[in-house]
Amino acid sequence: MAHAPKDNHAPLHLHIPEPKFRPGDVADFSDIIVPEVDANPRPDEHVAPANIHALAYGLVRVLGDDHQPSGSWNPNLDVDTLRVMLRKMLLLRAFDDRMFRAQRQGKTSFYMKSFGEEATSVATTMALHSDDMCFPSYRQQGILITRDYPLVDMMNQIYSNRGDRLKGRQLPIMYSAKEYGFFSISGNLTTQYPQAVGWAMASASRADTRISAVWCGDGSTAEGDFHSALTFAAVYNAPVIFQVVNNQWAISSFSGFAGSERTTFAARAIGYGIAGLRVDGNDALAVYAAMQWAANRARNNGGPTLIEYFTYRGEGHSTSDDPGAYRAAEEYALWPLGDPVTRLKEHLIAIGAWTDAQHESLIIELSVQVKAVQKEAEQNGILGHGLHHPFETMFEDVFEEMPWHLKEQCAQMLEEQKDKFGPEWEAR
Amino acid sequence: MAEPATKKMNMIEAINSALDVMLAKDPEVVIMGEDVGYFGGVFRATAGLQAKHGKTRVFDTPISECGIIGVGVGMAAYGLRPVPEIQFADYIYPGLDQLVSEAARLRYRSANDFTCPMTVRSPFGGGIFGGQTHSQSPESLFTHVCGIKTVIPATPYDAKGLLIAAIEDNDPVVFFEPKRIYNGPFTGYYDRPVEPWSKHAGSDVPEGHYRINLGEAAVVREGEAVTVLTYGTMVHVVKAVVADQGFDAEIIDLRTLLPLDIATIEASVKKTGRCMVVHEATRTSGFGAELAAQVQEPASII
Repeated sequence: MAHAPKDNHAPLHLHIPEPKFRPGDVADFSDIIVPEVDANPRPDEHVAPANIHALAYGLVRVLGDDHQPSGSWNPNLDVDTLRVMLRKMLLLRAFDDRMFRAQRQGKTSFYMKSFGEEATSVATTMALHSDDMCFPSYRQQGILITRDYPLVDMMNQIYSNRGDRLKGRQLPIMYSAKEYGFFSISGNLTTQYPQAVGWAMASASRADTRISAVWCGDGSTAEGDFHSALTFAAVYNAPVIFQVVNNQWAISSFSGFAGSERTTFAARAIGYGIAGLRVDGNDALAVYAAMQWAANRARNNGGPTLIEYFTYRGEGHSTSDDPGAYRAAEEYALWPLGDPVTRLKEHLIAIGAWTDAQHESLIIELSVQVKAVQKEAEQNGILGHGLHHPFETMFEDVFEEMPWHLKEQCAQMLEEQKDKFGPEWEAR
Repeated sequence: MAEPATKKMNMIEAINSALDVMLAKDPEVVIMGEDVGYFGGVFRATAGLQAKHGKTRVFDTPISECGIIGVGVGMAAYGLRPVPEIQFADYIYPGLDQLVSEAARLRYRSANDFTCPMTVRSPFGGGIFGGQTHSQSPESLFTHVCGIKTVIPATPYDAKGLLIAAIEDNDPVVFFEPKRIYNGPFTGYYDRPVEPWSKHAGSDVPEGHYRINLGEAAVVREGEAVTVLTYGTMVHVVKAVVADQGFDAEIIDLRTLLPLDIATIEASVKKTGRCMVVHEATRTSGFGAELAAQVQEPASII
């Protein structure tokens, strides 16, 4: 019911953000400003955050349109390191393709690809020390792949089979690998942000030299945990690197619902008085350089940095949604910052360290490798086909020692199972 | 062997002593919370601890319960044993997601890869004329959650022994302190002055380290007529009523709500044949409902 006006003020109206393009539209990204390489040169790692505000609104780039690196952010990596980077990103892509297909074949319930944003998990991890602690969100399987975590363990988790180290308790892809510096993934978004700060504070308080790095998406910066984490990190000068993978989409909600119509995500750093960098997330060398800058800064007691990787989610959010239902087709093909794998490949070719033929044969090699691992994992079972951890493990690890009430509930379950399915079931 | 030195303590002093003992004993113990550092806490539970153990062991935090508990989870994942204070239980809710979805689930969801040995201390309960934001008893929100232990002491002696056991426990513990009885056992009679703890049992507290195991209730009065299950401030209210009315109740102070000491409850209810539950929390879906169900379920009781 309309409120009767008491004066001649123009009425208020509520703004509901709307993405520029919807299904049926042809995306036009000509309004995205891509600054020149080195438009904002690399500052000293000890710089005061107040002196680098421009970096929170700019875009750190290293690779030019000619695929040659230039400028002060160039990390000057040797060709072996660059080839490893490309290999890891391609392995991640091969793994994603295979597991996506496995979901479509009914072998698991869920999968999430990182297509288009591979650099933000692979190049970042390469710029960290191997014992630095990573607090990932759900799309950073590239961290595990970069740190040589066994692919078969990842697949066992995805299949929730009898080889699953997490005993079928987690949604597929929500890995945990302490030995590899990879924190248990939570489905509750951005809860890992204050946790990464706590880990970093603990490291600093114990005069350790390890730092922590944490990832979240553009959409989940809206969670309260994000702001608590940045406050704590600023207050205690914690050696933590905050990363926002701004891939433009949070399931079907564009980044405008997290505030991108007004400012950048990197600019969130300014209000907290910490360093903020906005980076071309599809330029693997720029991503590496930004992480290296922030890691050096943190390790030298320079405190936290917030890095925004400006990128694009090339696939759906997960196997459970159809992006064709909410965004314009071909957005990824038209994305002005290109594809991170293609750009790194072209860079290696441009410097004479790689060929198209080598690239094609590497893709085949990795596809064969992943297929072989998949076969091995499927020996342990696929989701919903019997080969899983015994049912009673469902009650284990709630506490260090199982209390009486869980023992009782577990016994009741086993009793009912026996009544319903008989001894044959037990034998399975 | 000589008896360990004891001292008369009220509940705040006993809690302070437990924290002091654990800070000295275990270098991984860290205390944080709003106003807990230099000032020593709004209820003085951490008084003197920063001066004694240093600023990196006992420190103030931003006013963010989500941050305090979330940071605690991260510290625990690193290998520390954080003991955060939430200034009032009524303000724990911004940290609820970190407690319920993170601290409580971490061991389970990672299959023992990561654990969370964190004890969240928080004053709770009514009786201090604090209105609805300083009086709540939210314990059943926590007993409902798999992976959290919930502890509520009723005397200075128990508070220290239970708090030490909670800190030494390798799982997250919510430790609710009945603030109405910090200084003396409130009996429910507003017209009577509260006597200091020094005049009551449970105030002779050993100065060193001792534990009261989690999951063990205390029979605070033996009786034949009825079993009364209670905890926190209500232990003293029930004791006063029983003394005044002169009926032969067996009073059980649960001390730990989860895991519950069902053996002690079962033995008592079998003996008396009657059971009554007294708590100060919301009755609907309260912990009393769980107790009522538990005493009626085992075939051995019915």
